[in-house]
Amino acid sequence: MKTAELHTLTGAYALDAVSGDEREEFEKHLRACSFCAQEVAELRATAARLGQAVSEQPPAELRERVLRRIGEVRQESPGGRVAEEAASVRAPRGRPRSWHIWALAACVAAAGALGGVAVWQHQEAQDARQRSERAQDRAEALARVLSASDAKAVPGAELPGGGSGTVVLSQSQNRAALVVSGMPAPPKGKVYQLWLNDGGRMRPAGLMPPGSGSEAALLEGKLDGASGMGVTVEPDGGSPQPTSEPVMLVDFPA
Amino acid sequence: MDEAAALGSPAVGPVELGDLLVQVARGDQDAFAAMYERVVGPVFGLVRSVLRDPSQSEEVTQEVLVEVWRVAARFDPAKGTAMTWVMTLAHRRAVDRVRSEQSASDRELRAAQLSGSRDYDHVVEQVEARLEREQVRRCLRTLTQIQRQSVTLAYYKGLTYREVAELLSQPLGTVKTRLRDGLIRLRDCLGVQG
Repeated sequence: MKTAELHTLTGAYALDAVSGDEREEFEKHLRACSFCAQEVAELRATAARLGQAVSEQPPAELRERVLRRIGEVRQESPGGRVAEEAASVRAPRGRPRSWHIWALAACVAAAGALGGVAVWQHQEAQDARQRSERAQDRAEALARVLSASDAKAVPGAELPGGGSGTVVLSQSQNRAALVVSGMPAPPKGKVYQLWLNDGGRMRPAGLMPPGSGSEAALLEGKLDGASGMGVTVEPDGGSPQPTSEPVMLVDFPA
Repeated sequence: MDEAAALGSPAVGPVELGDLLVQVARGDQDAFAAMYERVVGPVFGLVRSVLRDPSQSEEVTQEVLVEVWRVAARFDPAKGTAMTWVMTLAHRRAVDRVRSEQSASDRELRAAQLSGSRDYDHVVEQVEARLEREQVRRCLRTLTQIQRQSVTLAYYKGLTYREVAELLSQPLGTVKTRLRDGLIRLRDCLGVQG
């Protein structure tokens, strides 16, 4: 799609009236077009007014259910990382930091040329830095699980769409990882979500990184006596609880 | 319920929704309960408008609110109001649910049913009849017919612009443009700021 055409998509995008592919393409465009980002923000605020206009009270029992549920759901910390992980995993940050300085320098250079865009780009650079730090923390934690002296491999069943998965457990690290090979890509707009099984209750354990058909993913959160793990296909971004049958279910040895 | 009342106690006046969300991001369950009271009506109404089915709407409303709790830290007041943030999340979730449940052929069928059994003005009317806010209703009336139909079908029914184009027998490019200029006209009429 040409840039001019993409630009007219602000309205459809703000109303979630685009297909998954277009959404992706447009979001790429948004990152490079601060004017479009501003327009989308305004049109979303407008759409929200339309939403408020059809306000309707749900049954009163819903409140009880929701309040109970939030007591069981862990929150993301401001960096987007689960708070507990942030506290326990601290890694040296050589490369990301120098990258950050480089990115900042690039933004300052851009500021001269583009004025107002720079602030927004700086935000982007910070987001990228946080993503990169997270990736490094995760890679190190993953390496620790896979190389732990008590690491134990638990083979999973064949995946329905082909490929297979093996869970690696380390009680000393109190963590688990999933190693997959030949796993088919999830359907468009979907992701593979990982879960830890707390005696029948599924606890979210992060998403499989996209494009990871043959690699290892660290399960978010500690084992803390979990009795198994599972993988489901969920809408983009994941779900607070499984919404589909698991494609893989593994019981951990007692 | 009384935690909520305590938070918004008359002595300090009502707490801003955005401030509540900041407290929620720090794990404050009382702030969450207070926020719940403010957003649950708009969230449920919107989800219900898209999904129709009451029990499914309740389920998705619960998912949305739990998601608000989980990712509250992502809310950035610089990028828009708390209500817009919550409603954006709710609409996306409702639309994702509709689209994940319907194969392409089902959706064609749904579009056909929509076009066969009611005319669009009737759909628009139904929606308008539920509109509680006089201002929104008044501003919707300032749109051209195609703008109004396009915007309401896309937003309240969760249709893609392609489906809207089919339903209204309009070229794709026209619907895309009408969604944008219709929303811009609404924005100006409602005095919305980003």
